[in-house]
Amino acid sequence: MTAHPDTIALAVEDLGKSFTLHMHGGTRLPVVSQVGFEVHAGECVVLGGPSGAGKSSILKMLYGNYLAGSGHIRVRHGGALVDIVEAEPRAILDIRRMTLGYVSQFLRVIPRVPAIEIVAEPALAAGVDRAAALERASGLLHALNLPERLWRLPPATFSGGEQQRVNIARGFAGEHSILILDEPTASLDAANREAVIGLMAARKATGTAFVGIFHDEEVRARVADRIIDVSVFAAREAA
Amino acid sequence: MMSGASRTPLLSARSLAKSYGGRPACQHVSMSIDEGEVLAIVGESGSGKSTLLNLLSGRLAPDTGEVRYRMRDGVERDLARLSEAERRLLARTDWGFVHQDAALGLRMNVSAGGNIGERLMAVGDRHYGQIRDTAANWLTRVEIGVDRIDDKPTAYSGGMRQRLQIARNLVTSPRLVFMDEPTGGLDVSVQARLLDLIRGLVADLGLAVVLVTHDLAVARLLSHRIIVMKQGHVIETGLTDRVLDDPQAPYTQLLVSSVLAA
Repeated sequence: MTAHPDTIALAVEDLGKSFTLHMHGGTRLPVVSQVGFEVHAGECVVLGGPSGAGKSSILKMLYGNYLAGSGHIRVRHGGALVDIVEAEPRAILDIRRMTLGYVSQFLRVIPRVPAIEIVAEPALAAGVDRAAALERASGLLHALNLPERLWRLPPATFSGGEQQRVNIARGFAGEHSILILDEPTASLDAANREAVIGLMAARKATGTAFVGIFHDEEVRARVADRIIDVSVFAAREAA
Repeated sequence: MMSGASRTPLLSARSLAKSYGGRPACQHVSMSIDEGEVLAIVGESGSGKSTLLNLLSGRLAPDTGEVRYRMRDGVERDLARLSEAERRLLARTDWGFVHQDAALGLRMNVSAGGNIGERLMAVGDRHYGQIRDTAANWLTRVEIGVDRIDDKPTAYSGGMRQRLQIARNLVTSPRLVFMDEPTGGLDVSVQARLLDLIRGLVADLGLAVVLVTHDLAVARLLSHRIIVMKQGHVIETGLTDRVLDDPQAPYTQLLVSSVLAA
């Protein structure tokens, strides 16, 4: 990459992770080591490699959901690069509100909250006024073909694909300059996969950086600017 | 919210310790909470979490250590140095305390409207019509029919009592609310409704909450940060989803793996 350093949205350096299972005699499960890559504004970097290589764990560390064992995850937040690995919980929450969004594989439903409110919430949290946030949520739910009669209902009873579309709409509703996508298209049909690709293209054009996992090869080929095979970061056990 | 306009925390504790008859219930606990932040204290019964809540809320005096609170005038005060009158005023206005047992937080022989109005009168409100209107408004906000305003809490279900207790606490616009197992002992469906109500109110009002719970699902739904306690010690702290999804301490791993889904 010869991109200008000012366009760096996310820089991962020497990142390592292992799990210690205290319930199982302190067994150590190495996950990854010496992970390093950069993602620039408007770029989509896809993590590839076999299952179990640590792709999802890397995404969770980027979001501060998993604790990094070593290294740095620098995120451009409010004009400065902030290291997620060293950031206080309150700083991470602020980064998640304004800079770093995450679309997981499954929607974590909240009892009684209607779909449209779930989708509008990241926009409200980022300071968008209520009318504009609801309008944005409507636009996203439309784009993802969720029938309008479902919008005012809590998604607990929705199908897997419908819940996932609510989840994606929520992920795109904020003001985030970096979006982490963990297999967002896994349970979608062709039309909705196309819709997600369209949403990504529109956000890339305005400078949003993406890091994601896409198992569908066609989708991956269309969205990825670069594919990083994370098996090169396989953790090497110290003897 | 937590944008950090003021870097002084709302409430902070340093090196708190408390023993009962030589048995330590709380040791070396330091923490802080900002405006608009929800902090869950989790652990099993006997872990010291309720003792910590009582120390933080000034209901119990620590053996050592101190608790400081940033008053509405912006001045940080040591709770132990407040006069009794100041402490009472704080508890009635800028703080709330939601008990697991609603009977501890309500006056059971006073009407629902009276329970809410009492807190308003404690801060000098004297206009009966306004007090009743405010009480009716709060009953609606906690999803209790206004036609129940003259009923006593003894005639209410467990879930309604808990919602009334919340209304009574929030009517004076406190900045900080302590909650001790607010959903404990309620049916699951009643719990879900109460949790959703608390979640909405906390977000709308920008409340800071110190929440004691043994229920990790409650902690996940409501809190930003978690303190895990065991035998009076803080075992682990961090972002709620980080502690629950990637617990580091052996005890936290045991706690998280002991529930079906959190």
